[in-house]
Amino acid sequence: MAVTPEDIARLAGLARIHLDEEECAELAPEIDVILEAMARVGEVATNDVAMTTHAVPRTNVFRDDEVTPGLTQAQALEGAPAAEDGRFRVPAILSED
Amino acid sequence: MINKTAAELGRLIASGEVTSVEVTTAFLDRIDLLNPVLNAFLHVDREAALEAARAVDSSVAAGEPLGPLAGVPIAVKDNFSTVNMPTTCGSRMLEGWQPPYDATIVARLRDAGLVVVGKTNMDEFAMGSSTETSAFGPTRNPWDTERVPGGSGGGSAAAVAARMVPLALGSDTGGSIRQPAAVTGTVGVKPTYGGASRYGVVAMASSLDQPGPCARNALDAALLHQVIGGHDPLDDTSLDVDLADLADEAAALSLEGMRIGVVEEFRGEGYEDDVLARFDEAVQALEALGAEVVSVSCPRFEYALPAYYLIHPAEVSSNLARFDGMRYGLRAGDDGTRSAEEVMALSRAEGFGKEAKRRIIIGTYALSAGYAEQFYGQAQKVRTLIIEDFEAAFAQCDVLVSPTTPTAAFRLGERTKDPMAMYMADLCTIPSNLAGNASASFPIGLSSAGLPVGLQVMAPPLKDALLYRVGGALEQTLEAGWGGALVADIETKGA
Repeated sequence: MAVTPEDIARLAGLARIHLDEEECAELAPEIDVILEAMARVGEVATNDVAMTTHAVPRTNVFRDDEVTPGLTQAQALEGAPAAEDGRFRVPAILSED
Repeated sequence: MINKTAAELGRLIASGEVTSVEVTTAFLDRIDLLNPVLNAFLHVDREAALEAARAVDSSVAAGEPLGPLAGVPIAVKDNFSTVNMPTTCGSRMLEGWQPPYDATIVARLRDAGLVVVGKTNMDEFAMGSSTETSAFGPTRNPWDTERVPGGSGGGSAAAVAARMVPLALGSDTGGSIRQPAAVTGTVGVKPTYGGASRYGVVAMASSLDQPGPCARNALDAALLHQVIGGHDPLDDTSLDVDLADLADEAAALSLEGMRIGVVEEFRGEGYEDDVLARFDEAVQALEALGAEVVSVSCPRFEYALPAYYLIHPAEVSSNLARFDGMRYGLRAGDDGTRSAEEVMALSRAEGFGKEAKRRIIIGTYALSAGYAEQFYGQAQKVRTLIIEDFEAAFAQCDVLVSPTTPTAAFRLGERTKDPMAMYMADLCTIPSNLAGNASASFPIGLSSAGLPVGLQVMAPPLKDALLYRVGGALEQTLEAGWGGALVADIETKGA
């Protein structure tokens, strides 16, 4: 399989984690060993076996559609790294043009 | 005072023989004495604890009806949201963050009059088996401060073992309650999945995470389980379970009529001789209590660990996506020149430690196009096979038993460079997370090096009461031989 530092860099991009070259080079062989060990699941996971997503299955869990108190605007903003005019302040996500 | 059980303390407080303030003060003093050595607590709030204690004492004086644990101090793992205390999950990402609401279970503690004294150390976002991945330094094992207290809930287990608190909360995703309990000589219970609400518990792997009690004995754990368990309208995976008989079951003196299965696969290579010796003695004790002991095979359990380390990182990579530095938590690199995406990537690089990054990357890989079927999909199939093995075993037996961990507590630093060796610590505990059944660890003695060994009891889903029956009866037999509780003997070095 051999996971390469380039693979790690691509995955880190998908996961939105900045990793430098050194970190990618260190993680690649570690993750390769782990994934190789974990690939053993293929030995028994044959086509006739159904997947389990939840161990204690529940379906159609309903509740009454009633309004209950939620967080106030001030509470929601309490932990914000930056806030302005009662809103979360974030870096620009659209360019000027 | 600190040697008394939670049940005894609750009785003494309710009868007015001692006040909750006296009890709480005794434990707070113990925390002050030992925490500099053990680092079990990340946050202690003496004033808030004493205020809660005074409120209980006023209720006692007014003759108001109180629950059995009213006035008893408790520690809360730092991944439970607490409105009056920071909640860091052992991560720089959430350093200093104070949630705007309480986890349902924490609210239930407060309603029942328990006194929350502080928040306990843990592996970062509960990823680890030694509490060494905490951004705020490792917790040390009170039995030997050069050794780990297990993880991820090493802080809660060490705090209970060292009698800094009589009770604590934990969360168990692959063994994070049971494995620390085993290596610290305490009791840890993972209820049936859904048996206690996850609302307000910071999500790691949602299909596996299960909060539960940490205590010094079976009865205290059962009483705490009764306080925290049951359906919560805010967690649609929580179950409407009957908890009424848990405490009575913990007082059982006989296992007459029970069939107990010993899992054949959980011994052999990698298991310490002392662990197996204590386990075999405990199994004999179960037989002496009247249980019929049989050997059972769960042939697919050997695939539980690889399946877990695919499903778990996959869910981690999704759940931890919320920590992006936008609405709460750490934000890094926001100097006005960088885009939101760049700021997110820098915040996550600075906020997460190495193990968190490693698992997020593995999870991203296991879920990425072209690999999802090969890794995540196959792991989900193995989950079905694990459940089938459990069902076949439970068709023959009421409960299953195994050592909780293959080894006693290992040394600090011994496994930090070898993730695979670290992952092996959860070998015996992981199947119950994948299958969602109830499972617990109870202390069964010491290794020749004086380190605690635990026995794991696994019961079918919703049969949590059986854990307490087996654990309670075993504990009474073993304690009679030891001349008291196992943890009463600890002399923590440096204290």
